[in-house]
Amino acid sequence: MYAQMVDTGVKSLKHRSEMSADEQAFMARIDNESKIEPQDWMPDAYRKTLVRQISQHAHSEIIGMQPEGNWLTRAPTIKRKLQLAAKIQDECGHGQYLYSAAETLGVGRDQLLDQLHTGKAKYSSIFNYPTLNWADMGAVGWLVDGAAIVNQVVLQRTSYGPYSRAMIRICKEESFHQRQGYEILLTMMQKGTPAQKDMVQDAINRFWWPSLMMFGPNDDASTNSAQSLAWKIKRKSNDELRQMFIDQTVPQLEVLGCTAPDPDLQWNPETGHYDFGEIDWSEFFNVIKGNGPCNKQRLEKKVKAHENGTWVRDAAQAYATKQQAGAATKKEAS
Amino acid sequence: MSTADWPLFEVFIRSRHGLSHKHVGSVHAVDATSALENARELYTRRNEGTSIWVVPSNAISASAPEQKDALFSSPVEKIYRHPSFYKLPAEVDKM
Amino acid sequence: MTQLLTSINNDHDALNTYILRMADNGLILGQRLCEWCANAPVLEEETALMNTSLDLFGQARNWLNYAVDRDQRLQDCDAIAMLRDERSYLNLLICEQDNGHFADTMARHYLFDVWHRLTLEELCHSHDETIAAIAAKSVLEVRYHEQRSRNWVLRLGDGTQLSHERMQTAINNIWPYVAEMFDQDQLEMELMAQGIAADQTIIAKQWHDLVAQTLIEATLKTPPESYNQMGGKQGLHTESLGIMLAEMQSLYRAHPGATW
Repeated sequence: MYAQMVDTGVKSLKHRSEMSADEQAFMARIDNESKIEPQDWMPDAYRKTLVRQISQHAHSEIIGMQPEGNWLTRAPTIKRKLQLAAKIQDECGHGQYLYSAAETLGVGRDQLLDQLHTGKAKYSSIFNYPTLNWADMGAVGWLVDGAAIVNQVVLQRTSYGPYSRAMIRICKEESFHQRQGYEILLTMMQKGTPAQKDMVQDAINRFWWPSLMMFGPNDDASTNSAQSLAWKIKRKSNDELRQMFIDQTVPQLEVLGCTAPDPDLQWNPETGHYDFGEIDWSEFFNVIKGNGPCNKQRLEKKVKAHENGTWVRDAAQAYATKQQAGAATKKEAS
Repeated sequence: MSTADWPLFEVFIRSRHGLSHKHVGSVHAVDATSALENARELYTRRNEGTSIWVVPSNAISASAPEQKDALFSSPVEKIYRHPSFYKLPAEVDKM
Repeated sequence: MTQLLTSINNDHDALNTYILRMADNGLILGQRLCEWCANAPVLEEETALMNTSLDLFGQARNWLNYAVDRDQRLQDCDAIAMLRDERSYLNLLICEQDNGHFADTMARHYLFDVWHRLTLEELCHSHDETIAAIAAKSVLEVRYHEQRSRNWVLRLGDGTQLSHERMQTAINNIWPYVAEMFDQDQLEMELMAQGIAADQTIIAKQWHDLVAQTLIEATLKTPPESYNQMGGKQGLHTESLGIMLAEMQSLYRAHPGATW
């Protein structure tokens, strides 16, 4: 999940009787599964939460290009390079779809990027981990995109129309990402040298827990989650999604012939789910706070690209303005 | 040095011949030429299009949500505009 | 089991040498464009640069596969890409030049794109059917590359004072690598006589006319004639190629015989 701990600005959930007439009508539409569209009335907190969540999601897609870009120039074959480039390009595109969706709420992309660049806006904790071998490209596709997809499939039903439509488009395009990642790992495990197999297990060891953290804190720790669920911005809780992800991932792990770095991971026939160990929440909150292994580098690189591009963006704008002025003068003269 | 982003354009794509252009989202661009290029890069990466329109977002006029009832509720009553309103004998009901 | 290759040398026949020259242009410029990943001036360009890179790698793969079909010793397209040292690479020098800033990249791109498009259009009529087929497929993509890089030469040339200066400097700096594109050695002359290779004398004239027109429109000056750098097509490169190949080939070479 690319949006974690999105602040709703709400301390406790309002009872219906405490709501204004507008709010009650709004909640009635939400209850009816009718989508909210940009010009419709919406509570301020709903609008702000959406902007936070959608932009955090967009920022994650954009920052997420970096850990994969780290291996793009070193991809071992032309086929793998084409696949990885296409995937990174999709992520950039998905960032753009999501910024578009956020902009329908009356906030400019420049403002959103500014919040990212100044550290006010967050992006998913997962992208603050380094990619240290080629198998990480597989692990990122399989585990990270896999976790994101679990969440995004559900988000296709989110209550805000433009966000829902962006998610539908994104899900359709991302279906190859996870398969691509898994296939990288499977090829290395089935046809690889011992060194390649070690790479795969090493990548899984490093990305397993951070992938589980992508779903955010436990449900009982989160008012925000409850409010977002009431508004149907979120459709399932953090813990539900995490469990879905684990249940679908463990059999895939077994097919690979690899293990998870969790001694408590085991099938529970009574619940019909996998039990798993406790997540190291101190690590999670540390990364969220900015102390992950790559927080500083990721942000610095993004800011640098933006600043280095200023003169290019300005030039394009200046050229367009001149052209329009030129066209206007020609019109007057004729 | 400017900080403002490039203007926004709405993008409409004709996915196949015979279909009408459909709104797919928006792009930032300095002018119509580059908006078409950017839309091509962003929205047709998988063969989705045979034609693209771009329109400056601020050129679109939209109906107001509070007028929704005034504008759209009346046709709901006019069921006689729909073929199913007219009951015909089974022998000629394919009409 | 096939013997593991550790490097591939340049003892290709004339036709494969020509094919590899085309392949390497795409491979090397595509690799340069990859280096822009997450560094582009605006998200829209990020998508566009990556698209172009994908096109070029796709084209390179088609050329390389043809070379392998003709000479089984080459093994497969990855072995050719990953196991040749810089002296065995046959791309034009213009393709390997550093990205620099965005004006450097776009100047390099536009000057190459015009040549690339004109050459591919000629090759569509090659007597070698496979070359004609690969060219026909590639030229559609390259026409778009040219349109896009031309627009950036215009925007930066006639944008702000700063962008104008940067684009002019970029054009001046890349200019010494232009003449090599039209320089035909004995090998190309012979293939041209057989109706296989493109005739660069015709292309040179068209190229200079088109580029001069664009530069005027972009309020830029055509640089004066100066000394030209040559040798890429014969495997004599600038220093930046070796570093780039070291990065590109590192993983493949670290695991001989591995399947990815």
